[in-house]
Amino acid sequence: MEAQSLKSKAQSHHFRTRQFDFGSFFFSGLTGLATLLILAILAVILGNIIVNGWPNLTWHFVSTIPKKDFFDPATTGVLPMIIGTTIRVFVMTIFVLPIGVITAVYLTEYAPTHSPVTRIIRAAVNNLAGVPSIVFGLFGLGFFINFIGRNMDQLLHNPGPVWGQPAVLWASLTLAVMTMPVVIVATEESLKAIPMGLREASLALGATKLETIIRIVLPQALPGIMTGGILAVSRAAGEVAPILFTGVAYYMASLPGKLSDQFMDLGYHVFVLSTQSPDIEKTRPILYATVLVLLILTFALNFVAVLIRARVRKKLRALG
Amino acid sequence: MGIHRGHKARPLEWLAEKFIFLVSLSTILTVFLIFVFVAREALPIFLGKENSALIKPVIPPADMDKLKPEELRAYLRLSEKQFQAMDRETKLDLMLVKQEAQDEIPERLRNDPDAKLNTTEWGAMLKPRQWAGYDKPEYIWQPIGQVHKYNIIPLIVGSFKVTLIGLLFAVPLAVGAAIYISQLARPRVREVVKPVIEMLSGIPSVVIGFFALLIMATVLQNVFGYETRLNAFVAGIALSFSVIPLVFSISEDALTSVPRSYTQAALALGASRWQTAWQIVMPAALPGVFAAVVLGFGRAIGETMIVLMVCSASVMSWSIFDSARSITTTIAAEMAEAVSGGHHYRILFMLGAILFAVTFISNMIGDLVMHRLKNKLEGKR
Repeated sequence: MEAQSLKSKAQSHHFRTRQFDFGSFFFSGLTGLATLLILAILAVILGNIIVNGWPNLTWHFVSTIPKKDFFDPATTGVLPMIIGTTIRVFVMTIFVLPIGVITAVYLTEYAPTHSPVTRIIRAAVNNLAGVPSIVFGLFGLGFFINFIGRNMDQLLHNPGPVWGQPAVLWASLTLAVMTMPVVIVATEESLKAIPMGLREASLALGATKLETIIRIVLPQALPGIMTGGILAVSRAAGEVAPILFTGVAYYMASLPGKLSDQFMDLGYHVFVLSTQSPDIEKTRPILYATVLVLLILTFALNFVAVLIRARVRKKLRALG
Repeated sequence: MGIHRGHKARPLEWLAEKFIFLVSLSTILTVFLIFVFVAREALPIFLGKENSALIKPVIPPADMDKLKPEELRAYLRLSEKQFQAMDRETKLDLMLVKQEAQDEIPERLRNDPDAKLNTTEWGAMLKPRQWAGYDKPEYIWQPIGQVHKYNIIPLIVGSFKVTLIGLLFAVPLAVGAAIYISQLARPRVREVVKPVIEMLSGIPSVVIGFFALLIMATVLQNVFGYETRLNAFVAGIALSFSVIPLVFSISEDALTSVPRSYTQAALALGASRWQTAWQIVMPAALPGVFAAVVLGFGRAIGETMIVLMVCSASVMSWSIFDSARSITTTIAAEMAEAVSGGHHYRILFMLGAILFAVTFISNMIGDLVMHRLKNKLEGKR
């Protein structure tokens, strides 16, 4: 009975013949086409930006602080935007790396696998990764500026708002919250790739668990931690929505000097140039050049991270 | 992972361990804080305490002493602390200012029913209303002018319209590519193509928005020949570029985690590679693909810059070739003009809270499904 039903099942699935099967050919081709189309989209976007941006990317453009009217192609530059983006990303890294790495260490080295707390932490990390960037912006405004900043002003008896307004520090902290999952996931992946034997050997030699983690595990995981950091930086460098209300300025005559200053930003500048330009045809060259600078900044970093990550994954596969 | 040993004997070690645990709890705290502080600013709207009506009842300053302190505080809209700190004269001045402001409202608005309406009530935010000058009830989001119109339905429709177009375009492409890369492609092709597709997620959304605005909008208009150059269709296609890498990675992950024995068994029975992929691997990984779509939905509905740059006119329309204004766009474009603590500001935070809730739920569903699938395929419970 059973054998018969199995046989009829096999027949109904057309599994018996191995002649040329048009359906298989057609649908395999379709999935291949989908892959090609995605690659083509990527190529067209990058190609268009590089071809149109490269001729306009001059040293003068990268190293000039523009005057108030930054829509004039002859005199404009993006130096303050490059500096602004670099500062906010750098300050973010100072906050996000330690917290992210420590959390990843807890999750891989200490956390009991089946405890509800561990599961909630994991759920929280996954959730943070999915919160829309604009909501992070609202959070930065509501928490960092309106709550922490205003209370700091009150405590310090500042005459006017110093911290209770958009600033580099608040934008960086908002981005740090946003990129935390990136660092955690990358670090965790690299920690898992380290063979158990290394830890056991260290423990057998009399090292404590903490010593093992600091002296053996973390140095081994360094490439992975770097990947996480780089990915977080490249993600944050291109994000505009979270900094809209937390620190970015449309125009500033001087470079930011304190953490409570506002700043100009590359991504936001792309947005301004493409939506608020008085003459889009005239400003097109500088727009392309700005986009190219932003892409070089985020994409080069991303590319490095993908390379390191591929190596870490290969190592992981070789072990497991 | 980890080898368990007693730590009580080493206090420093024990302290460090507790510290590490506390730091990792900060992730939970952060999610909690996001929810609390976004909802906090929107609380008066949720509780119905905000009143955006232009014409409000006036209490003449002479009657000040007849009011109880609590009533006076509510009338002047002061916090407990501010109220305590103020002397009688200042309160009297405030009442005068309030009266004068009401006196300045032009005569023609006095009899306008719209001016008396509190537009932040749920009824006004969700139901259509026949505003002065319109011939039929309509859904309108228009937070400027004398009477601020806060109907959120056009924004919700706009968000879903753009998201749906984005998903309809992204999901077939991303899942198709995932099947190809995980099941059909040769290993060498896979090693090259997979990271390249993942690189698509490295393009900042503001760059995708720029590309859609300058290049795609014109190309698509020439191909399809519709009227409005910047519309929900263009925004949706551009949106799909940021969703594709996400849906691709998650479904590829799900398809790859199907045990190789399944594939080998099917191939041994004489199935072709495509039949194996479609009839054996795909059904086993289907929950994962579903999770990918749900997470892609969360990403798409939360995407801001692309939609902000490509289309942002608030029109109540179901047509994909009309403009649309999404929830995210509204928050991003209007927060700068909104007065901190005013009703417009609070409504924008309320939209943020709704958005947070929607993505929170879709993330939860996506994660749960993916988690279950992995446990099942790995033979755990």
